Amino acid sequence: MIEVHELTKRYGDTLAVDRLSFQVPQGVVTGFLGPNGAGKSTTMRMMLDLDRPTSGSVTIDGKHYEQLQEPLKHIGALLEAKAVHPGRSAYNHLLWLAQSNRIPAGRVDEVLGAVGLREVARRRSGGFSLGMGQRLGIAAALLGDPSVLLFDEPVNGLDPEGILWIRNLMKSLAEQGRTVFVSSHLMSEMAVTADHLVVIGQGRLLANLSMNDFIDQNSHSFVRVRSPEPEALLDALAGAGMEAAPVTDSAHAGAYEVRDGDPALIGDLARERGLALHELSPQRASLEEAFMRMTADSVVYRTGDDPAPEAPGAVPVPEGWGAGWKKES
Amino acid sequence: MADTGAVLLSEWTKVRTVRSTVITLLITFVVTVGLGVGICAITNAQWHSMSVSDRATFDATSTSFSGIQLGQLSLIVFAVLVVGNEYSTGMIRASLAAVPRRRTLLLSKAVVTLALVLPVALVTSFVSFFLGQALLGSHGTSIGAPNVLRAVLAMAVYMTLLALLSLGVSFMLRKPVASLGLLMPFFFLISPILAHVPKVKTVAQYFPDNAGTQMVRVVAQSNPPFGPLEGFFICLVWVAACLIGGYLLLRYRDA
Repeated sequence: MIEVHELTKRYGDTLAVDRLSFQVPQGVVTGFLGPNGAGKSTTMRMMLDLDRPTSGSVTIDGKHYEQLQEPLKHIGALLEAKAVHPGRSAYNHLLWLAQSNRIPAGRVDEVLGAVGLREVARRRSGGFSLGMGQRLGIAAALLGDPSVLLFDEPVNGLDPEGILWIRNLMKSLAEQGRTVFVSSHLMSEMAVTADHLVVIGQGRLLANLSMNDFIDQNSHSFVRVRSPEPEALLDALAGAGMEAAPVTDSAHAGAYEVRDGDPALIGDLARERGLALHELSPQRASLEEAFMRMTADSVVYRTGDDPAPEAPGAVPVPEGWGAGWKKES
Repeated sequence: MADTGAVLLSEWTKVRTVRSTVITLLITFVVTVGLGVGICAITNAQWHSMSVSDRATFDATSTSFSGIQLGQLSLIVFAVLVVGNEYSTGMIRASLAAVPRRRTLLLSKAVVTLALVLPVALVTSFVSFFLGQALLGSHGTSIGAPNVLRAVLAMAVYMTLLALLSLGVSFMLRKPVASLGLLMPFFFLISPILAHVPKVKTVAQYFPDNAGTQMVRVVAQSNPPFGPLEGFFICLVWVAACLIGGYLLLRYRDA
């Protein structure tokens, strides 16, 4: 169990993490979601006492990190791939980690087997691929058999096989009753792994809810319609009490969306009025879109502080998606 | 503290399992001995052309240690990499997550560095001395002569202190390029040059390398600023300042 309480981190004028409070429950995979530059990595580094919070605190199983006697036995973390001396073998890298926390050396072989690196354990880790480096980082996190695990963007740069492996690993770790906290900037990735979601944008908490609730609240259904006589169709729809809005996505320009519409009803209506339909398709808003909407809102909310918002009414560009990646690395 | 032993073992494993340790320490030995021996041979051959005052203050012991001028660069590289490698790879975050107590981590690194450098330094200084004296021939001295053994041991102590000083600087500057960019020119160029500039000279005398030079002298210079023991304490102050500075930055700065 991780408890984050009013956590704040300020770098000069920038507020990287802004009074963040949430709990990471035990026994499930909790996704930590936010656009690049939202403060995910900073928050995770503060959880490990690597960065000092400006204010607020984090406790792991009720204790502050520096109070943990042998921290690797409580919490294991994968922060960045290949944070290993290139000249040192995978075995020796895990060996020094194990020794620092009095973990028996036999455990090194166990975790090397668990991540599938036993054959290359004695080779210089400098020659490892990104995927192998990621596996080594996971082996290091598992070394102390900890009850809490942190993974920062674990699937970044992995091939599909590696991604599948990490997904299953996280699920099985949670099934064993561990706390699994995994950050990502990809909603689609979280949708298949996480049971619980903590969403942040611009360092602020945007949502803290179960994955099912998130899907219920955000993934509404709609019907996309297209007609050569859009005005007549819109009239007919309005007459039947259905709201239609133009599609914002340029790939479907000219079409309209009827929120929570029934395709059968719309089709019948068009036939009655003698209107041609070129498209009539039931759709579900993707979670990715819901997530983008959520974080875009946070950006809009934030820009309210700025003196001159440009072009009111324009589609809000979630700046974190494009600009933020530079900051985070 | 209960876990200091565990952290020491872990730091020893880190140092033991990278090639740069053996390479840099071996180069330190070879260069220091080789250059010292060469200078002794040349001195012996040129003895007749030396001035009377040079002959009067000739120090056979410290002459055999001349190679350290160059050899110390490799020793600095060794100590800088002990810390700097972790920062350049990002491994420092794994180290601090495993050992959140900054003081324990820094002291363990310092103890491991000391335990590794001291024996290498002792071998280097004794071999430099005996080979150097052999090549100085009739102008050499013997280990039994007054203050000579002390000077040979002081040489090893100076090398160890230099490594610890570099370790502290590396904790402050983190990236190896920054630490080496400061330490190598300082010890190889800046300090020796400043030591010959009037006025600045009086300050430069208290730089660690000049203090070290005094530590290993047997025959006093014509007008020494301080003696060997004072030299030792000056070096010690430099080391303490660098390690404390390194600790404070490690303690309060984000990793």
